[in-house]
Amino acid sequence: MTSKLFPILAVLTAIFLAYAFYLAMFIAPTDALQGDVYRIIYYHVPSAWTAFLLFFINFVASVQFLANAKPSTKRVVNWIVIVVGIIGFIAPFFPQVKAQLPTGMYPSSVATTALIIVGLYFLVGKLFPGQKLDMLALTAAEVGVVFCTVVLVTGPIWARPVWGIWWAPGDIRLTSTLVLWLIYVSYLVLRRFSDSAQTQKLAAVLAVFGALDVPQVYFSIWFFRTQHPQPVIGGGGSIDPRMLHVLLLSWMAFLCFASLICWSRYNLERLRREVDEAEALESLNGSGLPAGSNASTRIPVSRSTK
Amino acid sequence: MSFWSITLATLAKDIRLEWRSKDALNAMLFFSLLVVVIFVFSFDPLAEESRHIVGGLVWVAFLFAAVVALNQTWARELRNQVLDGYRVSPAPATALFLAKVLGNFIFVSVLEALMAPLFVIFYNLHVLGPAWQLIPVALLGTWALVVNGTFFAAMSLRTRSRELMLPLLLFPVSIPAVLGMVAATTNILTGENSAHFYIVLLLTYDVVFTTACLGLFETVLQAE
Amino acid sequence: MSSSAIAPAGLSAVSLSNVIKQFGRFAALRGVNADFEAGRFHVILGDNGAGKTTLLRALAGLAHPTRGTVSILGKPPHEVCHEIGYMAHPSLLYDEMSGMENLRYVARLYGISGDDRCRWVIGDVGLDPDLSRPVGQYSQGMRQRMSLARAILHDPKILLLDEPFSNVDVHSAREMVSLLKTMRDSGKTIFLVTHQAPLLDGVADEFVWMQAGQIINRTPHFDARTTPAKQP
Repeated sequence: MTSKLFPILAVLTAIFLAYAFYLAMFIAPTDALQGDVYRIIYYHVPSAWTAFLLFFINFVASVQFLANAKPSTKRVVNWIVIVVGIIGFIAPFFPQVKAQLPTGMYPSSVATTALIIVGLYFLVGKLFPGQKLDMLALTAAEVGVVFCTVVLVTGPIWARPVWGIWWAPGDIRLTSTLVLWLIYVSYLVLRRFSDSAQTQKLAAVLAVFGALDVPQVYFSIWFFRTQHPQPVIGGGGSIDPRMLHVLLLSWMAFLCFASLICWSRYNLERLRREVDEAEALESLNGSGLPAGSNASTRIPVSRSTK
Repeated sequence: MSFWSITLATLAKDIRLEWRSKDALNAMLFFSLLVVVIFVFSFDPLAEESRHIVGGLVWVAFLFAAVVALNQTWARELRNQVLDGYRVSPAPATALFLAKVLGNFIFVSVLEALMAPLFVIFYNLHVLGPAWQLIPVALLGTWALVVNGTFFAAMSLRTRSRELMLPLLLFPVSIPAVLGMVAATTNILTGENSAHFYIVLLLTYDVVFTTACLGLFETVLQAE
Repeated sequence: MSSSAIAPAGLSAVSLSNVIKQFGRFAALRGVNADFEAGRFHVILGDNGAGKTTLLRALAGLAHPTRGTVSILGKPPHEVCHEIGYMAHPSLLYDEMSGMENLRYVARLYGISGDDRCRWVIGDVGLDPDLSRPVGQYSQGMRQRMSLARAILHDPKILLLDEPFSNVDVHSAREMVSLLKTMRDSGKTIFLVTHQAPLLDGVADEFVWMQAGQIINRTPHFDARTTPAKQP
């Protein structure tokens, strides 16, 4: 069934992407200050959002995977998530916290985000039990790195004509995106190079470290005045509604595209593991001689899936 | 109680072994000296400029030296599979980790104490800000490098091409700490800004990652 | 463990149920089902790659089974690790330290204070506690004895020994065997992997034959004719 559904969805996504491209290039109004150069944001910003979402999914899946090791840890982690969610939901309404929020960001929107995050956490745990969590984490990290690369490439292309420089060292968003990209590349490197039967656990540990790292990067550059334009959503609302409309549509198209890639990558991973398991079973029932030598030449790709 | 006695016993054992062989220590000292000398040849600024860049140079040099030291820490435990001996014992994994971190901390601090004067001499440094603040920055910064470094060195034991993996895993995660150390050191050297914010930042980094390492080390140690 | 001060013979000390251990595509243990009585001396035999070492490592809690469960004195291995003494093929000792220093460190890990126990154990395996030479300069036989001393230091109920007689002269091996015999007689359960089975004939209670990751036979005596595969 999936084999039929996939091409149909692929065609639909392609049409959607083409439509978004048409809107971005021809329909969206030209920026008063930057001219047509700005149109790259219809690729830059949706890629960034998609990448961050995927990295977040990777983090959630990794935490779930580690928490699954023992029922007691799982309970503790669940409670921590719930408590953090409740604090995140209530805190924005306190005047002291409210004052800290950037202008244009409403307490209700922050509270909703907190709820969505908690919901996502439990949803991921529900939909992807056991080994599937690790497959999800791997898929999200790989596709996330691709989208993050798009962000890091399109950013300088835009910055050169507008800022006059390719890269603004010390800028908060640039640096944190770059660090995020580096962390996830090292995550993929670890998965590739690991010899352990417990690569999945080690990778999940690294993902947690990466997630702890990002806020630190963010704060460490807090003092530098950021050169990056304010976020378009919740950043003051100065954007033309027509631009915002195109931007959101193009994000939708990107999300469809990303989901499609993830789905296909996830299926590939599932097949690889099934093949691995079948071969492991074969070696269990077979003569017991090391089957690895000839099997690995047959399907070399499965080496990365331990 | 027994946790600390195991930690101290492991630390004492490591120091004793290091003292007996001294090979790592000697190699490290010479390596650090080479790093300093190469930096001096590569960057030859005026005293005024040097204040602005030495913060970065010093920490990059320390980072390289630390990586070489960290790669050695677990090598000793792999010979004769002594690490398996630890794994079958009832001693807690965190005690081993803490002992290793303390050992590396002492080790890297000694290296830094020997390298720092060289930087001062070669670059004619004269600190314009409150010099005493360099001490907490050095201690917190070193701890930040060493705690994650020890953790990732243990993690890279389970990978092919072990020694190559450590920097690949350690550097991305260490970037905020490096940013903090460099900014704090530069601020103190130039005396233009206060370094308080960065000291607090380093402290937070240390607390967060020490907790994370202690919490997750068991998983890493017991991975085969 | 309070459950069995000295476990009476006949009680199952170690039980494995359908234990499978895979390294990638290679299955080192392929569904091992076995119960071993407490207070017995079990010798594990088999060709290279038959899964003997992996079996010992699974019992020690070093190798986590891919599937199946290992239970020692009714619990998973890591919960009873102070009742397990493990002697691996490598010595598990620091080459740069003397035997006494090594044992003193291990004693700390097991929460044993004072030197008395260390000295006593070193004497037990026939070495001199005051020998200040680092273990790296010991002869192979001495190192094996020290390694055995390390394994029995905390007086475990279950001993797992991986090839204790390799590269040991016959005389020393006999001494080690008689030491193990005394330990078995005092109620310890011993698992020993070896290629020199004839040494243990008449001493061991059971010979366990492994082949291709499975236990294929268990005999009370070593008999070369029951050997399913050629022994070296």
